[in-house]
Amino acid sequence: MADNAEILAGLAEIVKDVVDIDTAEVTADKSFVDDLDIDSLSMVEIAVQAEDKFGVKIPDDQLAELKTVGDAVDYIAKHQ
Amino acid sequence: MTGPAPEEIVVTGYGATTPLGGDAASTWEAMLAGRSGVRNIDDDEHAWVRDRDLPVRIAAPLAVSPLDVLPRVKARRMDRCEQVAVVAAQEAWNHAGLGEPGSVVEPERLSVVIGTGIGGAVTLLDQDDLLETAGLRKVSPLTVPMLMPNGPAAWVGLEYQARASVHAPVSACASGAEALAWAVRLLRAGEADVVIAGGAEACITGITVAGFVQARTLSQRNDEPERASRPFDADRDGFVLGEGAGIMILERAEHAAARGAQVHGRLAGYGITSDAYHITGPDPEGHGQIRAVQKALADAGLSASDIDHVNCHATSTVAGDVGEARGIKKALGDHVVLTAPKSALGHMVGAAGAVESIVTMLSIRDGIIPATLNLEKLDPGVELDVVAGEPRKVDIGAAVCNSFGFGGHNVAVTFTKV
Repeated sequence: MADNAEILAGLAEIVKDVVDIDTAEVTADKSFVDDLDIDSLSMVEIAVQAEDKFGVKIPDDQLAELKTVGDAVDYIAKHQ
Repeated sequence: MTGPAPEEIVVTGYGATTPLGGDAASTWEAMLAGRSGVRNIDDDEHAWVRDRDLPVRIAAPLAVSPLDVLPRVKARRMDRCEQVAVVAAQEAWNHAGLGEPGSVVEPERLSVVIGTGIGGAVTLLDQDDLLETAGLRKVSPLTVPMLMPNGPAAWVGLEYQARASVHAPVSACASGAEALAWAVRLLRAGEADVVIAGGAEACITGITVAGFVQARTLSQRNDEPERASRPFDADRDGFVLGEGAGIMILERAEHAAARGAQVHGRLAGYGITSDAYHITGPDPEGHGQIRAVQKALADAGLSASDIDHVNCHATSTVAGDVGEARGIKKALGDHVVLTAPKSALGHMVGAAGAVESIVTMLSIRDGIIPATLNLEKLDPGVELDVVAGEPRKVDIGAAVCNSFGFGGHNVAVTFTKV
């Protein structure tokens, strides 16, 4: 079980791989769309990689609710 | 002279990535040096050759991988045929001195026309494998934009903010040449001021090779890769599959002059016809090919005697080459000097007509025609002068570039000296 800091670090690695945003930019308060400029196609890729990495399921209706990096960290922490 | 005629179309930039080089200059230099882009592909990167025990173990892959040129994240969102289009377009755009997108040409006056023979076939296959083996969640959300045949044109349009229009002609091996013709139409009609035009292809994979093998069109000279592509030679046994992209920046002469652009060539006219004869085989009488050349002359306001050189489609297939040579003789006479660039480049399918148009234009500009490689014994059915052995210095006033495609597509493009 990863703690929140580990989840954030793992998520930042995935974001870097998919859209090449520096891991330092990926902080809990950032919005995926408004701050990090990640489109819906890339969000699907990030979600699939996160599912594999953290052993969670992120259904599409839940994915749509994950507005910020912090939202995603909380969701993964709760469901892993 | 009060200035150039308004409908005169000029080339103000060009770019290419081919089996001979990562840009147009290195490709041209390699052609003049007589180098071949064909090599053995029985290696790990092309494991399907061994896995499927294919009888063809040669191809003409790119000299420089687009992955070595494009940023990683940008590249992973594109099929290889889109990557090569973006690489060649970048060279052409910079070559034309168009600066930051939107700074020299208004986005609303910029069009893109980039053809491909089959588009993102490799993506389609890879993603289908993922669906079969790993299920829906592993299929990339980028699958459709990566496999669609308008993908190369669309990515280039996005890159340079082209908002007049984006088009993707699909006419098999004539696609790249047809794209240039469409660009001329757009410019003459005043629908755009600048057009990024050409062709892109990257489909060297198991099923395409197997399909061409079954159609009996590929050379199986596996033990001598560099000698395999031999258009017009009596011992030819088929073409060699290549990959790449070629892009030209086209504009009306007065537009180019007004912005002080350097002009590298003049696209004087084009002719497009269709055979309606057979889905793959050329009309033995060559009617469609002959009419395409005649239309390309008429469109340029030239007569047969004005044409000094023909850059042939000649793929190194048994039937195709002789038929083309007969058609050229009927359409133009026997004074023209021929060459067959596929002897060095292989057959780049949808990119061929665009890259070979660049070669044609450079032949005029530099007054030199690259040799047809491996032409040791001219097929007796070819009653024309084909450059072989060494490149030949020829002062060329006008030249025709031929491109034909499965489906009976015939495109001839006329270039003239600046």
